[in-house]
Amino acid sequence: MNVLVCVKRVPVTGGKIVLTEDEQAISTRHLGFTVSPHEECGAEEAVRLIEQHGGSSTVLTLGPPEAEEQLRDAMALGINRAIHIVTDGAEWDPQASAAAIVAAISSAEEPYDLILFGNESADGGNYQVPIRVAHALALPCVTGIKAIEVQGGTARCEQEVAGGRDVYELPLPAVISVQEGINLPRYPSVPGRMRAKKKPVQASTPPRPESRLEMLRLAVPGGAGKQTEILGNGPEAAPAVVGVLRELGLVP
Amino acid sequence: MSGPALVFVEQGPDGALDELSGQALAFARRLESPLHAVLVGPVAAAEPMRPDLGALGVSTVHVAGHPSLGAFAPAAWAQAIAETAARLSAAAVLAAGSERGNELLAHVAARTEQPLAANCVSVTPGDPPEVTRVRWGGSLLEQARVHGSPLLLTVAAHAVAAEPAPAPQEAEIETFAPELSEADLLVRISERVPAAAGGVSLAAADVVVSGGRGVGSAEGFSVLEELAELLGAAVGCSRAVTSAGWRPHTDQVGQTGTKIAPEIYIACGISGATQHMAGCKGAKKLLAINPDGEASIFASADYAVIGDLHQVVPAISAELRKARGT
Repeated sequence: MNVLVCVKRVPVTGGKIVLTEDEQAISTRHLGFTVSPHEECGAEEAVRLIEQHGGSSTVLTLGPPEAEEQLRDAMALGINRAIHIVTDGAEWDPQASAAAIVAAISSAEEPYDLILFGNESADGGNYQVPIRVAHALALPCVTGIKAIEVQGGTARCEQEVAGGRDVYELPLPAVISVQEGINLPRYPSVPGRMRAKKKPVQASTPPRPESRLEMLRLAVPGGAGKQTEILGNGPEAAPAVVGVLRELGLVP
Repeated sequence: MSGPALVFVEQGPDGALDELSGQALAFARRLESPLHAVLVGPVAAAEPMRPDLGALGVSTVHVAGHPSLGAFAPAAWAQAIAETAARLSAAAVLAAGSERGNELLAHVAARTEQPLAANCVSVTPGDPPEVTRVRWGGSLLEQARVHGSPLLLTVAAHAVAAEPAPAPQEAEIETFAPELSEADLLVRISERVPAAAGGVSLAAADVVVSGGRGVGSAEGFSVLEELAELLGAAVGCSRAVTSAGWRPHTDQVGQTGTKIAPEIYIACGISGATQHMAGCKGAKKLLAINPDGEASIFASADYAVIGDLHQVVPAISAELRKARGT
């Protein structure tokens, strides 16, 4: 089978988010970057499906030139090749992102049997690109998936809900968005990293359409301004901790 | 803004209006348009929700019934919403920012080729309307203009309270059969596998004892498990822990894990990355145990113990046993 997985480059935020002066982005001067968590699991799932069923896998990203790093990371896991829709770093809104991804998918030499996404990106949290892509390609789509089993032309997908798991059965080709926890991504091997350096990346630079969800500015929500009560240092603090639990009515 | 605001609503577990749907209705009143609701299911299901819907200001409830609409089918449900919006010439379509609400409105947005603002905390009507929405699991706010019609948005959970409307309505029920294609019904729930019973559920626990990178190993969690057992608590962990393979992902508290709301959250050896805090901000109290007094988790903590969890946690367990005389 032929699997595509779409990933996004996002900063690794630490304890506190700091914005750029123009409030248009997160200040990343002191931050590293990674693949958004759900999508990291999507890449691992693509590799596992190909290991199981044979075929080939492609990773796609829409992002700045530096996002090639995330494409190489995904290829280090075992993905065969990459498609890079190169931007100037400005954010693309969900409709524009979906349209560019649809164009890339439509011009692929071989059609994909399965197109994987993360359920939502860590930074944007727009919850819609996979569904827009599926709709444009007239493909069936499920979201928030925690288990995929492909048999013949069908994907059996499980979604975690309160009280259990809902099961969907999709005919392939299909679009599936996954959630972290579907697997534990492997740690890329050194040979895997070496091979990833030589794998092909097909790049294109389409113009950025006007945003219909037009971001004006970002803001960090006001701190809770919490008063922290220091209960003590080391094991000597234990009686004070139990005192707090008692005050809250959690121990008799 | 002309045309009504249409809100997709769901039934809660007790048959009454779902809590987040109620919040979405209260939020929609800010658009100052007549308020309509749409739901999918039999009319019998709509009846017990009528008093709540009326109190929240809904004049008409559109109930989509169809022989094939028994099980959840995202595309078909979205078609029912989009069809109602078109028939009413709705100025706005809203839903709760739940997994299902976001999924359905994304389908509506794809069908109508309109922008969608997910997880909004405020909206200002206008041309174009402006919204504030949450990103990074709530660690960041985005102010945005939405250039589309109808205005499509979902409402972040607990952004507003489900306050009754100043002018309650009758909430008249109107049924309709949406026009569904075969493709709309291709994706649907075919089976519900019930969760295995046993253990304290992380999402529902009153006390959660959680460990981070500072625990050091899978075995290191035994001291947290011991404390959790004494407190009847659930054990949680940070993303660093699940990535290291020390605990299963089902134990993860965070933006990409479980969102918790206990009476107290006891965070041991957790630094307090935004990814983690997005999952535990619903906790009423936070007790942080960390050897690094500068750890960012202390900025969100109600109570702090500066120290190594491997010494502090067993001491708390011993103190609890002493108090109980066991």
